Amino acid sequence: MWIYEKKLQYPVKVSKCDPMMAKFLIEQYGGADGELAAALRYLNQRYTIPDKIIGLLTDIGTEEFAHLEMIATMVYKLTKDATAEEMKEAGLGAHYADHDKALFYHNAAGAPFTATYIQAKGDPITDLYEDIAAEEKARATYQWLINMSDDPDIIDSLSFLREREIVHSQRFREAVEILKEDQGRKKVF
Amino acid sequence: MPTNRKYYRPYIGPCDPCPPIRVKSYETPPQLYLGFQPYGLKQFDPSTALRKGTLWPALYAPYTNPYEPREEEE
Repeated sequence: MWIYEKKLQYPVKVSKCDPMMAKFLIEQYGGADGELAAALRYLNQRYTIPDKIIGLLTDIGTEEFAHLEMIATMVYKLTKDATAEEMKEAGLGAHYADHDKALFYHNAAGAPFTATYIQAKGDPITDLYEDIAAEEKARATYQWLINMSDDPDIIDSLSFLREREIVHSQRFREAVEILKEDQGRKKVF
Repeated sequence: MPTNRKYYRPYIGPCDPCPPIRVKSYETPPQLYLGFQPYGLKQFDPSTALRKGTLWPALYAPYTNPYEPREEEE
């Protein structure tokens, strides 16, 4: 059960008309290391992970949907006022032919989202290592997106999302440490 | 504190067609070093934390486009 708060996790502003950036941002929407893949990966792994880690996967998986919503907002704002001609010039002609301005779960190259992007191996360490890798890959994707944008407002929102990947990676690394601990041993900090 | 960005000088071939990038970089953000987060770390105030995306200065690692180095990095 979820509770929805009708606002974005972090404000999304777009100050430059740049539909081509929307094409690149779609990577984080329906790409292999995107927010949808992340949310589905974590929420699905919860059932077969030791109890201590379930809450972390719920929290981070839920937050990924908030990130998905931010990306969707950016893509929408970047394309909503583009003409068919401008969509074509931005490299979104193929997208426009199929979807008009509708968002779709595919990556920057147009490959549709697939469940094969995510893993669920059932081995807790294996799954957490996959999660750490996923966070680092998402962090890297945000870096490449930041490098391709010259809109300070887009860069601001992407920087926030990148920082969240860092925090998530840290928490998954701590989850591995928790699982490595000997059962019942007193932890001393 | 470890740095968040590392640099290396790749081999530059004599016959490469594009102008070479002599110094390349990669990111090494703080989660690689922190280990299990210790108790009692310094915190940002709540509104700053919400803006930066983390409560913890120790985990805050802003990123800039390495193709446009800021002056203090040069």
